[in-house]
Amino acid sequence: MNNSFLLDGEDVPFTPGQTVMQAAAAAGKYIPHLCWHPDFTAHGSCKLCTVKIGGRFATACTTRAAAGQEVDNRTEELTAKRRTLLQLLFVEGNHFCPSCEKSGNCVLQATAYEMGMLSPHFDHFYPDRAVDASHPDVLLDFNRCIMCELCVRASREVDGKDVFALSGRGAKSHLIVNSESGRLADTDFAVTDRAAEVCPVGVILKKRVGFTVPIGQRDYDEKPISEKAVGKVADGVKETG
Amino acid sequence: MSQRGKMAVKSMHDSLRIPGSQEDSVAAAKIATILDRHGRDGTRLVQILREVQDVEGWLSPATLSAIAEGIGWPRAQVESTANFYSFFHTRPLGEYRVLFSDNITDRMLGNQDLMRSLCHKLWLEPGQASEDGLVSVDTTSCTGMCDQGPALLANYRTITRLTPERIDEMAHLIRRRVPVGDWPSDWFHVEDNIRRRDVLLDHGLAPGEALAAALDRGPAGLLGQIERSALRGRGGAGFGSDIKWRSCRDAWGDAHYVICNADEGEPGTFKDRVLLSSYFDMVVDGMCIAGFAIGASKGFIYLRGEYRYLLDRLETRLAQRREAGLLGRNILGRGFTFDIEIHLGAGAYICGEESALIESLEGKPGKPRIRPPFPVTHGYLGQPTTVNNVETLALAALIAVKGGEWFRAIGTPASTGTKLLSVSGDVERPGIYEFPFGVTVAEVLAAAGANDTQAVTTAGAAGSCLAADEFGRHIAFEDVPTGGSIMVFDRSRDMFEVARNFAHFFAHESCGFCTPCRVGTAVNARLLDKLANDHGSPYDLDEMEKMHRLMQGASHCGLGNTATIALRDMLAKFRPAFDRRLHSPDYEPGFDLDAALSQARRMTGRDDPGAHLTDNLSAQAGEHPSEAQP
Repeated sequence: MNNSFLLDGEDVPFTPGQTVMQAAAAAGKYIPHLCWHPDFTAHGSCKLCTVKIGGRFATACTTRAAAGQEVDNRTEELTAKRRTLLQLLFVEGNHFCPSCEKSGNCVLQATAYEMGMLSPHFDHFYPDRAVDASHPDVLLDFNRCIMCELCVRASREVDGKDVFALSGRGAKSHLIVNSESGRLADTDFAVTDRAAEVCPVGVILKKRVGFTVPIGQRDYDEKPISEKAVGKVADGVKETG
Repeated sequence: MSQRGKMAVKSMHDSLRIPGSQEDSVAAAKIATILDRHGRDGTRLVQILREVQDVEGWLSPATLSAIAEGIGWPRAQVESTANFYSFFHTRPLGEYRVLFSDNITDRMLGNQDLMRSLCHKLWLEPGQASEDGLVSVDTTSCTGMCDQGPALLANYRTITRLTPERIDEMAHLIRRRVPVGDWPSDWFHVEDNIRRRDVLLDHGLAPGEALAAALDRGPAGLLGQIERSALRGRGGAGFGSDIKWRSCRDAWGDAHYVICNADEGEPGTFKDRVLLSSYFDMVVDGMCIAGFAIGASKGFIYLRGEYRYLLDRLETRLAQRREAGLLGRNILGRGFTFDIEIHLGAGAYICGEESALIESLEGKPGKPRIRPPFPVTHGYLGQPTTVNNVETLALAALIAVKGGEWFRAIGTPASTGTKLLSVSGDVERPGIYEFPFGVTVAEVLAAAGANDTQAVTTAGAAGSCLAADEFGRHIAFEDVPTGGSIMVFDRSRDMFEVARNFAHFFAHESCGFCTPCRVGTAVNARLLDKLANDHGSPYDLDEMEKMHRLMQGASHCGLGNTATIALRDMLAKFRPAFDRRLHSPDYEPGFDLDAALSQARRMTGRDDPGAHLTDNLSAQAGEHPSEAQP
């Protein structure tokens, strides 16, 4: 049997057990995503990787690739949906790109450019979220959290620490840390943790290095995320098999 | 909260937690007893949190740390579970916690006036503890008493048929610190209100009779009868029960589990409450039969937190059945072993979704899992698990006795058997109606005594809303599917307010896992509030349509996929109710300039005309700028 499927009409090979997202990434094809990362268990929560498989919506990161599947990815309809999802994420938190030190390295911002998002469109929620500067090496700015739980998974699966968790329900969902005081300084978090590296937005920020690389010379200043992410991810997938 | 209020609450904290104090060690000992009773097993966290909160009044940061240490879980995960469920509080909310059921049917019966009145009498704001730390009053999602509302929960005990007199007396009782258990007993009375009985509600079987019949048939014979009956799940989705049971039976696992989904949370449904109250033996027989069919020896009843008042009664009945050889080891002396444990929920609609329910059973926040794999292969503790609705299990018991052919003759070919309908709203006789599938909406309305009906929601807040020209349609999976919630609205009702109530319900109950549902439900609630506040435009109505198209399809589970169906129906069929709210036919600013100044007015203690920006007043202020100076 031929182990390949069609992504926007192009043949993509896969190995049995791979998801549509894994196979696409390995083949250098970009499917927009925020909560997916090749090194961690798929989460399926951001819904940016929603594709159409055989006419039905499904998340590419949780759907197993199957021979002969016809997958729509970069279509007008899906781009419009992804743009709306991004706008929802932008108004739910407090995202002020011009004053954010992650600008240019931010996956949310880069994906929004990629999807042609020109405005937040909806009324802002302006949630009241505190920052936590207690840790000597890392600042937490919860204003930018998009609930992707990459830090939760990295801390649990790689660092073996469970420093982070998502708490609350619905629109009151928020990131918490593993201490009675609620302060990062009172956890066993270290700047060398994998969880310190994975935040796609500007929540987990290393102190004293914010502007080492000037704005204008950052990851997504050079190339759009569709080109940048694919190279990175394809390497990662190959390395991790 | 005022300074005095903070002091009062702080002194309450201090009395609970002075390190090394006698109170502290007593509290620690009580927590240890509860932890030990649950074997310090983290999968029992929802039960542990409830029992500890009962003792301590609330779940303080130190309490959560003690529990985390006791079960050996990361503290953040314990906090995550505690903050997910509406009935757990991680801040003190008083010795008395009063929660008004806020379904649209409660609103139609005047719950908002009653709540305002109680807050006024107790000198407090909804959602905040009173300054002396005695009491808090708030709303909660539908408590399943729609046929005898308005209803509330007082320290999680159900009180029905509220009246202004009852509210007056309640305020007195709270102020005099009378324990809820000593309040007038008739307040806690819950009626069955069975209005029409058919084959299930008139079953005439003795406890265990159905179970004995199932054991006689053997697992294969029993599954054959279930298949022949064409029984479909009564929770609403209508999945074939025989397929579910067979897939579960065939799945490999260390153990198999049966779960009775008694998390009856759909607004306007209360039929499972009646089955649990008055037909519990049929439900338990059904669970044992399911266990026999799939090869399980353990079952759970996931009882919604709102039905806490049933817990002791049901536990007692399970104990009686064990005594009588109808549950536990060697049932009916036939070598079949099956036991049941009741797990109480804690206020989360999403736990009606089967994989969210299982997460909750394992002590976690009730967030739906990625599917596949489905619970029939990877369910509770990763083992094959069948999750069935209360009514489905009771019907399985009936089929075990009467046979599949008999059952199949009732209803329609695609929807066999009868359906329990919970009818509430504008009808003379609200209550439970058992009808064969295929009955028309009009026939149900006539039986319940509905007059001048404008609209009927046929699957609670999460399904279709029918207008009068559709009342000839049939209740059946192939036409108008329903989990059993039928809410009736006569022509005096404002369908806009129905839509707004539903939108706020979903915003409150979305689990928050996926982007479209977490943010989309909040956007819809805000859009409807904007219309209610006279700032709406036709553009906002289009936005709701757009949100419907996004959420249906992109959402992670059934909650997000169905949350906008009723809203879309109402927008299409009752447009004038929305158009009436539009201030302007083309454009209207999304916010109120004058309201934006309210904070500045509060800070300066001003409310004179010069401090306002409304058209007339701003003109006035412009003429007399000196008056605008403090």
